[in-house]
Amino acid sequence: MARILSILVGLFFTVALAWSFGKGAYQQITEPPAATAEHEFHLLPKEVSFASDGAFGKFDRQQLQRGFQVYKEVCSVCHAIRHVAFRDLAALGYNDAEVKAIAKGFQVPVYNNATGEVNTREGMTTDYFPPVMYGGQGTPPDLSLITKARHEGPAYVYSLLTGYQDQPAELLKKFPDSKTPDGLHYNPYFANLNLAMPPPLTADGQVTYSDGTKATKDQMAKDVSAFLIWTAEPKLEKRKQTGWPVLGFLLFATILGYMSYRNIWAGKKH
Amino acid sequence: MAEADGVRRRDFINIAAVSAAGVAGVGIVVPLVSQMSASADVLAASSTEIDISSIQPGQAIKAIFRKQPVFVRNLTPHEITEANKVDVSSLRDPQTLEERTKEGKENWLITMGVCTHLGCVPLGAGEGEPRGEFGGYFCPCHGSSYDTAARIRKGPAPKNLEVPDYAFTTDTVVKIG
Amino acid sequence: MSFPWAKEYKPSHPFMQWMDDRLPLPRLVYNSVGGGYPVPRNLNYFWNFGFLAALCLVLQIVTGIVMAMHYAANTQVAFDTVEQTVRDVNWGWMMRYAHANGASAFFVVIYVHIFRGFFYGSYKAPREMVWLLGVVIFLLMMATAFMGYVLPWGQMSFWGAKVITGLFGAIPFVGEPLQQWLLGGFAPDNAALNRFFSLHYLLPFVIVGVVILHIWALHIPGSSNPTGVEVKTESDTVPFYPYYVAKDGWAIGVFAILFCTALFFFPNALGHPDNYIPANPMSTPAHIVPEWYFWPFYAILRAFTQDFFFIPAKLMGVLAMFGAILVWFFLPWLDRSPVRSGSYRPLYRKFFFFGLIPAMAVLFYCGGAPAAEPYVMFSQIAALYYFAHFLIVIPIVSAIEKPDPLPFSITESVLGHDEGAQLRPAHGATEAVHGEA
Repeated sequence: MARILSILVGLFFTVALAWSFGKGAYQQITEPPAATAEHEFHLLPKEVSFASDGAFGKFDRQQLQRGFQVYKEVCSVCHAIRHVAFRDLAALGYNDAEVKAIAKGFQVPVYNNATGEVNTREGMTTDYFPPVMYGGQGTPPDLSLITKARHEGPAYVYSLLTGYQDQPAELLKKFPDSKTPDGLHYNPYFANLNLAMPPPLTADGQVTYSDGTKATKDQMAKDVSAFLIWTAEPKLEKRKQTGWPVLGFLLFATILGYMSYRNIWAGKKH
Repeated sequence: MAEADGVRRRDFINIAAVSAAGVAGVGIVVPLVSQMSASADVLAASSTEIDISSIQPGQAIKAIFRKQPVFVRNLTPHEITEANKVDVSSLRDPQTLEERTKEGKENWLITMGVCTHLGCVPLGAGEGEPRGEFGGYFCPCHGSSYDTAARIRKGPAPKNLEVPDYAFTTDTVVKIG
Repeated sequence: MSFPWAKEYKPSHPFMQWMDDRLPLPRLVYNSVGGGYPVPRNLNYFWNFGFLAALCLVLQIVTGIVMAMHYAANTQVAFDTVEQTVRDVNWGWMMRYAHANGASAFFVVIYVHIFRGFFYGSYKAPREMVWLLGVVIFLLMMATAFMGYVLPWGQMSFWGAKVITGLFGAIPFVGEPLQQWLLGGFAPDNAALNRFFSLHYLLPFVIVGVVILHIWALHIPGSSNPTGVEVKTESDTVPFYPYYVAKDGWAIGVFAILFCTALFFFPNALGHPDNYIPANPMSTPAHIVPEWYFWPFYAILRAFTQDFFFIPAKLMGVLAMFGAILVWFFLPWLDRSPVRSGSYRPLYRKFFFFGLIPAMAVLFYCGGAPAAEPYVMFSQIAALYYFAHFLIVIPIVSAIEKPDPLPFSITESVLGHDEGAQLRPAHGATEAVHGEA
């Protein structure tokens, strides 16, 4: 009886699934879903490597400083990095005076209890990077976590920055309705191909690096991506450096544990 | 003999394995304990700058330093003489006003607003608050009275109000911590 | 409660004697995981996973308590407090990654533990209660993990909360009020976040309670074993201490190496990038998926795309998703085969390896893939097999299968002979005690 009941319940679910499958398959054949421009022209991020990659990866402090410069001079017009405090910049190799000077260069909002107004004052090292007011098209995301908030984040940021191009003629031929709308910009590394952000890195030498590195567009994109790896995970180095001794010890302990196990079971067939 | 050696070697491995587990246990406890101590953002915020330009003689303000009140008081000449008149050796926590202020800035008395008895905030810094019988601060919790150098004079508190580390960055700005 | 040859606890120190007379806690430990618990000598490494699961539970509770010390359950600040923990709290990054990856590790271990049970018939008499409590633990784990994932209040947290509570909205008549009651509002917000935090803190301790019952129930008949033949004589067993303590000990080492590799070198590999974006009730991520351990059940949910007679597709999916786990409760009575272990069940073994395992693999894969073809069709076929396996295949196979000959005893399967047991009648006293016949 229980067996019959169970088989009936089983048939209920399997038949329902078969019905869903059949109808779905029929629809798939009779009206196959139309291809979309996103589906055909979206590209995965380019291959790019950073000093912080890999199990032994470390930040290249010089590059982080250059990246910060690009962020400050280019990105920070629209994008905030609200999880980062000025004091954190010491990790990029800046000394106390430099960190203070950088903080001073930013205006942070303060709420005045007496008047109810929001005024600004010069930043202090304990302040976080201030929010950025933006009134244009689109919603520039906060960049503190961007390299963790996208698949293959660092490569994505780099590809997006270097990926602006004219819309391929082939795309327009195949999908005449998919012309990039006015005010948007074509970029195959962006999920829906058109984004509001205009190309931020427009010319070589847009920023002037103090360490003599040539500020090509490619270099700037790489540097700022490296900087954003750091903003997303300032503890990356410490994490990897902690990992090795821990794994080494565990390996040693596990081998001891295995030998002890063999010892105790010695002569006990199992 | 060989048999005995073998036994000893086997015991040694078991003991080593258990010891390794013990070391691992200690290694896990360290971060678990350490995570409770003050975090980087709290430590970083542990200095405060105060603008003292608007404090008139006889007035005091309360500021915040390490999430606790700090009293900044502009002493009147009368209060300074009052404080200096006291026989230091008669005090519970002997200190002169000079020791509790910066040279050339004897009128600026900067102390924590935390009673050394059990941590209440004494009265006397705010406008119109009672200053106790010694004209300094008065803690209403258990009746400790402090004089115009914020030294304990009466009541259960064991110490004078603590003077934090501070420095005048300019004539009108004090950096505490 | 144990085998007649189990060693009795003998306090070695006067203090322990004093203790034993008043609160026999050392005796309890001795009888549960010490020398007083005889365990089949032939357990393979799949039997380590129960111990590892307990370890994962402890890991999650310890790291979770740490995270709670730095967390604030408020939609305004929840995301930031987690980030603050990672950035500024001493070892906060490690605690956070350990807790997040610890959840994954717990599910890896528990899935192996469950499938060990499927293959070796661990759910069968006299261990039904062990199995039922285990399924309860699994359900509690899923609830706990789901609510924990909501706490960082990222995009996936928010939309996960919305979608999962939306499932209850599919229930006829009471669905919508029920969903509102669960959330304490029309959409996930402070009320939901706070109750999820409260329950996320509570449920692990409920799990501890059920785990104790699970282990208690296990100690009545004792552990099963890869042959599925019940313990007959002392030579079939070894005491838990030191034998299985040593074996579990070194297995913990292997587990710790794998876990720490993930923790220190691939901490975000199993997470979803979208959860690093703060929750935004106005914009749904392009591709919402739950955490990987829910994928098979999520795939089953999405496999029902068509209304079935008068049952809407949505309700059908919800029924099937919960049914997929609830069916496990009935497993001890669906599988009527007198033979426990899949090793001696040629037909069952084929369905297990060539049916259930591939179906689960496909469900895992498709649950994480976008809700598009061909994934939906694949998951429909796999889900179809899943239900057929438990509700149709197992009852029929257990009726018609001709099992392979079983070894006489565990000792015989290990040593090839068993003098001790041959002196006893074929159905020994121990078996009668445990009511196996």
